Amino acid sequence: MLKRRLSLLAIAAVTAMLATGAQAAEIIRLATTTSTYNSGLLDYLLPKFEQDHPYQIQVIPVGTGKALRLGRDGDVDLVLTHAPAAEKAFVDAGYGVEPHGVMYNDFVIVGPSDDPAGIKGGDDAVKALATLADKNATFVSRGDDSGTNKKENHLWKAAGVTPDFSNYKAAGQGMGAVLKMTSELQGYTLTDRGTWLAMKDNLDLSILVEGDTKLFNPYQVILVNPERYKNLNTEGARALAQWLISDEGQTLIDAFRLKGKVLFHASAGEAVDPSKAVGAN
Amino acid sequence: MHELMATMGKALHLLVSFDPALWEIIGVSFRVSLTAILVALPPALLVALVLARVAFPGRWLAISLVNTFMAVPTVVVGLVLFMLLSRSGPLGEWQLLFTQRAMVIGQIILASPILIAMLHSSLQSIDQRAWETARQLGAGRLQAFAMLIHEARFGVIAAVLAAFGRIIAEVGSAVMIGGNIEHFTRTITTAIALETLKGEFAQGIALGMVLLLLALLLNVLLGVMRGRGQQMVSA
Repeated sequence: MLKRRLSLLAIAAVTAMLATGAQAAEIIRLATTTSTYNSGLLDYLLPKFEQDHPYQIQVIPVGTGKALRLGRDGDVDLVLTHAPAAEKAFVDAGYGVEPHGVMYNDFVIVGPSDDPAGIKGGDDAVKALATLADKNATFVSRGDDSGTNKKENHLWKAAGVTPDFSNYKAAGQGMGAVLKMTSELQGYTLTDRGTWLAMKDNLDLSILVEGDTKLFNPYQVILVNPERYKNLNTEGARALAQWLISDEGQTLIDAFRLKGKVLFHASAGEAVDPSKAVGAN
Repeated sequence: MHELMATMGKALHLLVSFDPALWEIIGVSFRVSLTAILVALPPALLVALVLARVAFPGRWLAISLVNTFMAVPTVVVGLVLFMLLSRSGPLGEWQLLFTQRAMVIGQIILASPILIAMLHSSLQSIDQRAWETARQLGAGRLQAFAMLIHEARFGVIAAVLAAFGRIIAEVGSAVMIGGNIEHFTRTITTAIALETLKGEFAQGIALGMVLLLLALLLNVLLGVMRGRGQQMVSA
């Protein structure tokens, strides 16, 4: 009797496993950056996609470096990231296919309201960073190889500065944690506008530099190469990517507001060329 | 599988080639945790001695409290300290947040209950008459105290090793009040927790190996101590 019960249980368990296995085909796994995720854009966009398509999307919000790594390892079906040079390398190495530009947003440099280093009001991000290094101001860096971190490194390079002054702090954490640290230390940092808008009420900081085209930040969607792994939901991933760059997706992106502010500008197009992209890394 | 082996190989290479970034992180971990133990030990010894030797009202409550604090989650210690040390908190003026000192404070809070509880039980197990005999033979209070600690030395070492094992392996308070700042407050555990987000696993695995080796070493030492202790008793 007990044996029969056990075997019934086993059958039930196997059936359940098979059922979840069948369901897995409907799931699209998207690795994206913390900045897109934290802004609320995906919570706003993806349900609209899921309404009209037979897919469920699982979002894995990580830094761009890790997102591309997840794609390379076949742990996700597609990536939505913002680091043109790293993305080009990703595609060139055969890890990803069908790259498309989707949208862009921008970065801002924030710091203490009394701005001890005196960078306020400028629109030259490179000059501002050079001043910060020159005055050994406290600067908290993401230091996590994320798209934002890559952007920051690119700007240091443009400023001709190696950021190794004693008050430069590489935190190795996400944007939210870094903004909090910057506020606590009354230092400066580079942040994407989305996370800034979402968090600024809890921070003792102000925007000091914005509007430099070097601070623009293009996002790209890339499918993980289906030839490298079985079990990828490439069909679903392609449907999502095409929807993001369709008129419907693009209109929705432009209509997205965070605290009444425009965050992302739709810019569907060919793959982002790192050498030509505005604000290339 | 191939990828995993390659990463393991890279990790081993980082360790044996004395990769400076890796060993700097290990250095920060040991500096912070050793400092915390050294600072926490003397007061813990005193408290344990009082709990073991002085009968005062509410002693059982104090002992229960110590035992409770042994189970406090590290993130809770981190959160409370963060709020205290934050610029908007009562101790904000000290400007300790995101420094090694703040991490030391957090680890003292985590280590103390373990130290006190284990020291208490080993001091208690020493013959009651040892203290009185020493005093009658003309030893001062300090000398008698030193004699007690000498008697309980294996228990003391065991307590130190156990507390050290807990605090060097904790990540919750280290990341919240340390901030994982490169060259300053990046420890073995915060590096493992946050640096793998870069998609670079080799360093994480190398640091994990260090922690595992340390755990093995501490346990072997503890085993040897216990063996010695038993021999002493039976001899």
